[in-house]
Amino acid sequence: MAPLLQVSGLSVRFRTPYGIVRALSDVQLTIHSGELLVVVGESGSGKTVLADTIFRLLPLNSEVRGSVRLDGKELLTLSPDAMRSVRSRSLALIPQSPGTALNPVRRIGTLLLEVARARGLSAKEGEEGLARGLDEVGLGWDSISRMYAHQLSGGMQQRVVNALAFVGTPDLVIADEPTSGLEDDLVDATVAQLKRIRGRGAAILVITHDLRFAQKLDGQIGLMYASYLVESAPSGIFFALPAHPYGRGLLQALPEHGGIPIPGSPVELTALPSCCVFAERCSVRKPRCFRESPPMYPVDGDNHRARCVLYAESERNQ
Amino acid sequence: MATITAPAVFCMLKANGISKRYWTRKGWVTALDNVSLCLPETGRVALLGPSGSGKSTLGKILSLLLRPDSGTVVLDGAPVLRWRTKTPPALRRQVQLVWQSPRLAVDPRMRIKQIILEPMAVQNLVPVKRAERATVLGRWTERVGLTDELLDRYPHEISEGQLQRACLARALIVQPRYLICDELSSMLDVSTQASLLAAIRSEQDRRKMGVLLITHDRILAMHWCDSIATLSLSRILI
Repeated sequence: MAPLLQVSGLSVRFRTPYGIVRALSDVQLTIHSGELLVVVGESGSGKTVLADTIFRLLPLNSEVRGSVRLDGKELLTLSPDAMRSVRSRSLALIPQSPGTALNPVRRIGTLLLEVARARGLSAKEGEEGLARGLDEVGLGWDSISRMYAHQLSGGMQQRVVNALAFVGTPDLVIADEPTSGLEDDLVDATVAQLKRIRGRGAAILVITHDLRFAQKLDGQIGLMYASYLVESAPSGIFFALPAHPYGRGLLQALPEHGGIPIPGSPVELTALPSCCVFAERCSVRKPRCFRESPPMYPVDGDNHRARCVLYAESERNQ
Repeated sequence: MATITAPAVFCMLKANGISKRYWTRKGWVTALDNVSLCLPETGRVALLGPSGSGKSTLGKILSLLLRPDSGTVVLDGAPVLRWRTKTPPALRRQVQLVWQSPRLAVDPRMRIKQIILEPMAVQNLVPVKRAERATVLGRWTERVGLTDELLDRYPHEISEGQLQRACLARALIVQPRYLICDELSSMLDVSTQASLLAAIRSEQDRRKMGVLLITHDRILAMHWCDSIATLSLSRILI
């Protein structure tokens, strides 16, 4: 079956006063319908830029190379009008920081109905869909539709934008940090909601820096570091035995695994080395790590890949 | 009200029956209701609780920044009496607070090195000689894991994690007896969180310092702290 979303060789750079910032480098990923991909990584690793690139919401100082195909259709070269219709009919974005995503001078109901209308629902269908969506996240249409964003707490604002994923029938839902500001029990509720959306056949791309939330989602994990996707593995395998040294370091930094920090600090995106970006901080680096930038090597089949020379043919045979 | 078990000595930061309420448009809102908490001088205590339970209010009161409506804060056996009038700098120096959001906790017009040295400046402790100043700065930047070239930058030019490291250095530079961290790492990724906590721990290895970690992360509290207090609906539960 052809994948729903196929991203290949995707590179994004920004021209800034501080120099050229490489936000994504050669990112490769595929999601099939009904699959769930969780992109994890620390702040500044390029996770949000990935979502914005798929939605074509990047600012003008960006340069994009590579390809993003949704259902076989190349998104990066679509006309603005065609892109707008893809955004409203096939995609759904749960934006980061809901406090700034909700228009402060319009009522929640008006805002939500606008989205429903853009997804091609009539006013009546929209209201029904929204009522169901809000019900899924534990809010009531009657109680909040007349309110303004500032009257809701941060957690409620987050749940309002999460409800949008339930409106209409998007093929791909992208959730950017859907648990920011949520308490533990609401995080669990979000996990259940996302799994329900997945059960309806939609593909889901979740972006988060919260490893425990990522583990609960139980999908495919994509680990990002300094603009590269450095590992891609099924959740169970990643949290048991990550292949990339950065993945191992991250898990060891969790308090329940000893809380050992990774030495050094992340590289600046304006001065990315041409070799492996993690070599500076890596505990198992080799001389060749400073000479070459490794591609994605298969670790164990197609589902588990890592961008590390440890898994190159030549190293394995030794 | 139950309190956390503490050694029967005077060396501790103690909240005794603290109550605090705020006036809002909806009337009086009780943030803390007769809460007692004890922070031993060498301990690591976690303060857990859902948002809105009064964790941050208690943190501010314990760091002598907010006056409680009733109840007392006892610092090493001596109750803090003078809240409005100038508290002696030597007293205020004893408790330092690291805020949840570093961007809001620093003056955007100051360079990182000024930010780190500010508490010393307030206390008239900044070394006069330039070389000595550089040594002090160098020592603390190294301990919290900052690099020297960041010192001349402004807050907007460095990342949130780096800025939180600077805030930690700012709190530790006056060698407080008690450190209160209000959601130190809830916005940061795990590796930065681990390295900040390791920096606090190694400071505790060097000298006696009590740490109160205000957090909503139960797993972190369980693994990093030696006792846990839970706030719920303005009261201490455990």
